[in-house]
Amino acid sequence: MSDLFQSLLRMGDNTLILGHRVSEWCGVAPVLEEDIALANTALDMIGQTQLWLGLAAEVEDKGRDADALAFRRDVWDFRNLLMVEQPNRDFGHTMMRQFLFDAWHWQMLDALKSSEHDQIAAIAEKSLKEVTYHLERSSDTVIALGDGTEESHARMQAALDRLWPYVGEMFLTDAHDLIDVSALRPAFDARVNDVLSISTLTHPQTDFTHKGGKTGARHTEHLGHMLAAMQFLPRAYPDAKW
Amino acid sequence: MVTEKPSVDQVWQWLGDVPDPEIPVISLVDLGIIRDVTWQGDVLEVTVTPTYSGCPATRIINLDIETALRDHGVEQIALKRQLSPAWTTDWLSDSGKAKLEAYGIAPPQTAGGPSKCPRCQSVAVEKISQFGSTPCKAQWRCTDCLEPFDYFKCI
Repeated sequence: MSDLFQSLLRMGDNTLILGHRVSEWCGVAPVLEEDIALANTALDMIGQTQLWLGLAAEVEDKGRDADALAFRRDVWDFRNLLMVEQPNRDFGHTMMRQFLFDAWHWQMLDALKSSEHDQIAAIAEKSLKEVTYHLERSSDTVIALGDGTEESHARMQAALDRLWPYVGEMFLTDAHDLIDVSALRPAFDARVNDVLSISTLTHPQTDFTHKGGKTGARHTEHLGHMLAAMQFLPRAYPDAKW
Repeated sequence: MVTEKPSVDQVWQWLGDVPDPEIPVISLVDLGIIRDVTWQGDVLEVTVTPTYSGCPATRIINLDIETALRDHGVEQIALKRQLSPAWTTDWLSDSGKAKLEAYGIAPPQTAGGPSKCPRCQSVAVEKISQFGSTPCKAQWRCTDCLEPFDYFKCI
């Protein structure tokens, strides 16, 4: 398998897994507007997944398509960051995870839009418009809840502290990355520090990093449970059409 | 049965009659998603760009384009997806923007929000949510007539 295939899986698996996670809020979000917003965000990410995994399948050239890659691989073949497979927990945790991912994703796509690979540049350019909107929204929500009530502040701080050890993996780079992702860290830190300071949240002190998602070496236990729900139908009824 | 190939201008005119499946007051041409129409030999090639990458209407739009062209007697059609340059609301036609407003959807503004309420024209408007009933819209409300309304997001 070529490096490019692995690199594209990393992009498409992030948006697939987070897209599915966020879609789990559909119908159960705290208020209707948030429900719609989360479902729309999930939809954007699933759309981006079709583009990334579609290209990955084309590059692999083994007769698989985006659906086959999404629905017929098991945990160890996924190349998403550990952060995106974490369960939703409460709304604050979901929005903090979204903010941290969006802040990384925006930098990544902004760099990829000048890729020499035409199709990668085109997907990045298209996705960046959507992610700009996601980042605006998740930043605003983190600020509103962080600098909100005592209860919302405490929940956002707890979410940040719980998620922070998953941030480091976004910037660990190797030959399978489309670009040197470690170079994105200063701009990410600047954005996150700005938002956290307006949110009145305390930046975690630890540098400890969970790793193994983007390399596939060790996913968390949550991914398998999520795939069981996500993949059930196409596995049970492989030729199902609607 | 078409004995002569219809001109590209004629095809654009036909496509100008195909409504957007989710906002039927505007056409696909008004929406700015038809990027090119050309004849490649005997095959009519139509280049379409998606509004949002996950928009579920994309598939219906492709089907509607194909159906409309077949109804006009075009037999060999190839639909090409183009991602770059990415769709922008700058490509919405002026007549499309006017039709949106008349329908009750505030057209996109570079300022990032609607200039006025599409129902009572008041400028006293506020945002309810960054997202709305379709990926391309947000929800706003008028604080004078109190009606909520859709705003076509500017991207």
